[in-house]
Amino acid sequence: MTTTPLTTERARAAVHEALLGIVPDAELDIVDPGENLREALELDSIDFLAFVRRLAELTGRTIDEDDYSRLSTLDSCIEFLTTAR
Amino acid sequence: MDWEPIGKPASARERANLRDYARTCREFDWTRARSVLSGLPGGRGLNIAYEAVDRHAAGPRATRTALRWMDRHDAVTELSYAELAERTNRFAVLLRELGVRRGERVFTLLGRVPDLYIAVLGALKAGCVVSPLFSAFGPEPVRQRLTLGGASVLVTTGALYRRKVRGSRADVPSLRHVLVTGDDAEDGTLALGPALAAASPDFQIAATAPDDPALLHFTSGTTGMPKGALHVHDAVLAHHVTAAYALDLHADDVFWCTADPGWVTGMSYGVLAPLSHGATLVSDEGDFDADRWYRVLAQQRVNVWYTAPTALRMLMRHGADLAAAYDLSALRFIASVGEPLNPEAVVWGQRALGLPVHDNWWQTETGAIMISNFAAEEIRPGSMGRPMPGVEAGLLRRGQDGRALVTDGTVHPVMAEGEEGELALRPCWPSMFRIYWNDPERYARAFADGWYLTGDVARRDADGYYWFVGRADDVIKSAGHLVGPFEVESALMAHSAVAEAGVIGKPDPVAGELVKAFVSLHPGHEPTEALRLDLLAFGRRALGAVAPKEIEFDQHLPHTRSGKVMRRLLKARELGLPEGDLSTLEVTR
Repeated sequence: MTTTPLTTERARAAVHEALLGIVPDAELDIVDPGENLREALELDSIDFLAFVRRLAELTGRTIDEDDYSRLSTLDSCIEFLTTAR
Repeated sequence: MDWEPIGKPASARERANLRDYARTCREFDWTRARSVLSGLPGGRGLNIAYEAVDRHAAGPRATRTALRWMDRHDAVTELSYAELAERTNRFAVLLRELGVRRGERVFTLLGRVPDLYIAVLGALKAGCVVSPLFSAFGPEPVRQRLTLGGASVLVTTGALYRRKVRGSRADVPSLRHVLVTGDDAEDGTLALGPALAAASPDFQIAATAPDDPALLHFTSGTTGMPKGALHVHDAVLAHHVTAAYALDLHADDVFWCTADPGWVTGMSYGVLAPLSHGATLVSDEGDFDADRWYRVLAQQRVNVWYTAPTALRMLMRHGADLAAAYDLSALRFIASVGEPLNPEAVVWGQRALGLPVHDNWWQTETGAIMISNFAAEEIRPGSMGRPMPGVEAGLLRRGQDGRALVTDGTVHPVMAEGEEGELALRPCWPSMFRIYWNDPERYARAFADGWYLTGDVARRDADGYYWFVGRADDVIKSAGHLVGPFEVESALMAHSAVAEAGVIGKPDPVAGELVKAFVSLHPGHEPTEALRLDLLAFGRRALGAVAPKEIEFDQHLPHTRSGKVMRRLLKARELGLPEGDLSTLEVTR
């Protein structure tokens, strides 16, 4: 099954919304898009799982455990969500 | 469902350090066990750092790798025992030059980086008391522990200092020196790189006695502020013996303990025990990532791996196929601690990794593993195992408040098979804590009738295996970390909208429990989504990793007759359980 990839704008909005649900005061505009999100926002493993769950809900995209490594930075999250599969 | 016990092949039994459990328990004696230690040369006493570093550096193991460290980008740095001896000497010399005296508290606020190991062992050489802090704590838990422990020195990074310490440094007047890793230091701090380079590599270890203080580990209780459990240099005997028996650690092993060095497991077994054996210890700066962890196990040829249920459950989510992609043939023994290990994870280890996982149990206060599944003994999946040789455990009948019943100074041991009781220990092993720092009353309350009361409820089967049932109090175990609800409630109540808070552990399939807060608001504040997010952010800023992950508004928090929030009732509601007879819920202890 394939899902329609999101536009970059929608992907960015979903990533931001998912992160802000966990770190509501995160200053995402000043996070380096290539920086490791877990380090930049001090997310622990449980936060990261919550982020993945929210992102899946918001985008309707199934996110497998094997995909986690593609969700390490803002840029890589957007690339993941905007790529068809 | 009943889980089949997992027997051990003859080959596993033959090479185990502990081959005959029953006989060793009968014959074990902590005094005779001392022969595994060297003692300071010239009969000058006992110092953990000598046992962990210098005795190996002075002998045939001098060139063996003591620390093999991977940074976040997989670059490997190695330090031999000889190099570690020299660097830790320099750190001890630096402390002396700064005027830091024996017995003063040296705190660390560092992730897994080489300077952490150098600072801990160097400070022990200088006779200082080491107190490690979890680097994911927010500013508030850091400030509190520095203050409570009367910190003289803090070793951290420039970034952690800016984010978590600088703003409240004036609140910790005892703190004379902040040492930051690297070559640059802002005002009020000293850069460790050049300072260590300039310090002499020669130092004579302080002549500490076995009962001199060495380690101060903060832990959390149900009420009040964190408590500092103080351990002495003699603890290294228990670290050494328990690593041999419960982790089956051999001197030639490569050992990886994944616990953060800011917690007692990361110190006792992530630093001290493997080095006391002269083993190679693996340290990974990176965060949990399934591929990364398998890669570390495979590439570093790890023989003995000590990890946590949360991590194992996350690996399980990725499935056995991922494990099969890596060469884990060097792995010989896997153990887990932090919260009870579910039987599914024990059995999954057998299937996916080729080895069952050995659960064990201990606490900050005990300083070392107390109850364990062993390499040569049958594993009962879901059981924490049996007491270590040299450790006497028991179960005590509980009173109305859930804790051990004490009548006229006497406790009442539970004798019947399968009956629940508060897990208690007869203090006699050398890593037992000696005081709660500046809190003799709390220390006294932790004992009754010659038993140390653990606060955990367990049962025992006919063969002496212990099975965890739950906590007797409200302390939360989340992802291997002990979280005190009072500390979290206090932090939330610093928010102007919050009238009161009740904090519980909400069961979670991965983390064991998640910290969840129920909050009532002052008049004039509405329970809006915006306020909920504001409170989540407020909690994270103050508390860091121990902040609540969920917040729910509740204007009708249940109270005891004495006016305290009834956390047990909140938890019963959260779980959809019957709320029970409220008259018994008044906790007066």
